[in-house]
Amino acid sequence: MTFDTLYFDIGRLDRLSYRDTFVHHLDPRAKVIATMLFLLTVISFPKYEVVALAPFFLFPVLMMTVGEIPVRFIIRKIIVVSPFAIFIGVFNPILDTRTAAVIFGVSLSAGWLSFLSILLKFSLTVSSALLLIATTSFPGVCHALRRLGFPALFVSQLLFLYRYLFVLMEEAMRIIRAREMRSFGTRNTGIKVFVRLIGVLFLRTVDRAERIYYAMLSRGFEGDIPSLKRSRIVAADLMFMAATVLFLVVFRIFPITEGIGRVAQELFR
Amino acid sequence: MSHHIVEFKNVFFRYPDGTEALNGVNFRITHGESVGVVGANGAGKSTLLQHMNGYLMPTSGTVTIGDLIITEKTKREIRKKVGIVFQNPDDQLFMPTVFDDVAFGPLNLGLDEAAVRERVRKALGMVNSLELRDKPPHHLSAGQKSSVAIASVMAMEPDILAMDEPAANLDPRSRRSLITLLKTFKHSKIIASHDLDLILDVCQRCIVIGGGTVVADGPSAEILSNKTFLEENNLELPLSFQGR
Repeated sequence: MTFDTLYFDIGRLDRLSYRDTFVHHLDPRAKVIATMLFLLTVISFPKYEVVALAPFFLFPVLMMTVGEIPVRFIIRKIIVVSPFAIFIGVFNPILDTRTAAVIFGVSLSAGWLSFLSILLKFSLTVSSALLLIATTSFPGVCHALRRLGFPALFVSQLLFLYRYLFVLMEEAMRIIRAREMRSFGTRNTGIKVFVRLIGVLFLRTVDRAERIYYAMLSRGFEGDIPSLKRSRIVAADLMFMAATVLFLVVFRIFPITEGIGRVAQELFR
Repeated sequence: MSHHIVEFKNVFFRYPDGTEALNGVNFRITHGESVGVVGANGAGKSTLLQHMNGYLMPTSGTVTIGDLIITEKTKREIRKKVGIVFQNPDDQLFMPTVFDDVAFGPLNLGLDEAAVRERVRKALGMVNSLELRDKPPHHLSAGQKSSVAIASVMAMEPDILAMDEPAANLDPRSRRSLITLLKTFKHSKIIASHDLDLILDVCQRCIVIGGGTVVADGPSAEILSNKTFLEENNLELPLSFQGR
């Protein structure tokens, strides 16, 4: 994937949050809290758990369907970041060779189970985080965090990160394009040139930071980024949170999938 | 009203690296005047503008806005009176949505919610950009960005408007609507630009900066039609005077 396509994909995640659905209309705070609880529940499962994780896909799938977010887009994003999770778990099958189960005569080592568990937890957490942003917009999440009591400095850093990510990428793209136009197809013009490009980008960023700070001072900035309260928690938000909590508690405490499995076993005996 | 005055008295400024940017600047702008500041690259235009709200402090000399001399103590008060529009709107629009950005100034002034919303509506209406309210700045065109940048400053309701190259990066049509817009403002205006036609259209008075001092100060129509003088200062006749 080239730099340009990656870049425009980020723009797309951003545009998805302009839609007009039930999920988009929920109060950002409700969505942030629900997503956090979801993440905590998913990572609270023990290392070898696979079966009990399956029902949790219901949450991202529902968010995606009701929020009209294209499935393929989210899946593609998950694949882009998947190497991180794969590298964390890929050696488990080699290191942890105890036999955990025997299925149709093939023995399955505990390493494979924990690897699979890592992948499942990874897809669940990443997809729900992506969906939170796709249905709430990044600034929406930031303002929600601020109103939930996160420190002002932390939230303003996040807001700036988001605002200037695009500007910085454009700057980097211009520099890269200028280099390509004068390198006449010679590949790998060397690490030296690359290091200098990074240096130039850094200096430009520092200059820009200074100009932005000047612009902020000019408009009365005094340390905290103010924001208007633009949403209220209403009945729908409370219902959404209650439903999420209920869902999480039920599937965390009761081994429902296992139960279904046993019932199926009984039927097909 | 007498409090919309900008006065530079013998202002010198040296950058920390030793560059002498201003060498004794003197001028006085009275209420409601619109003044163009022109000069070659590096003549000191931007440095001059940065003195107008205390971002830079003169090494010697004084800058007076209304009845206040700019000092560390009066800076905050001055910044409410002088609105500065930057050359690059990306530096000016730092909030994630247009609404948040325009609301930033009024919120910092401590206005209540209803007043802030009203200010934002008014400022965006003034530049015909109400429909951009919920967009993030990086999805706007250059012309839209510069309109919003102006709105973000107008929402503070400043007495004096200072602009650095307002028409840079604009297509001819956006530039024309900017000129029309600027003409409707009743504020004291100070516009630094290389676009001499814009200065001629918008400003009655023109100050030429060269080598860190004022080399000419008078009616735009007079100064900007003096071919030999302009060429001595790395400038040229406005296109509308050139005739083809």
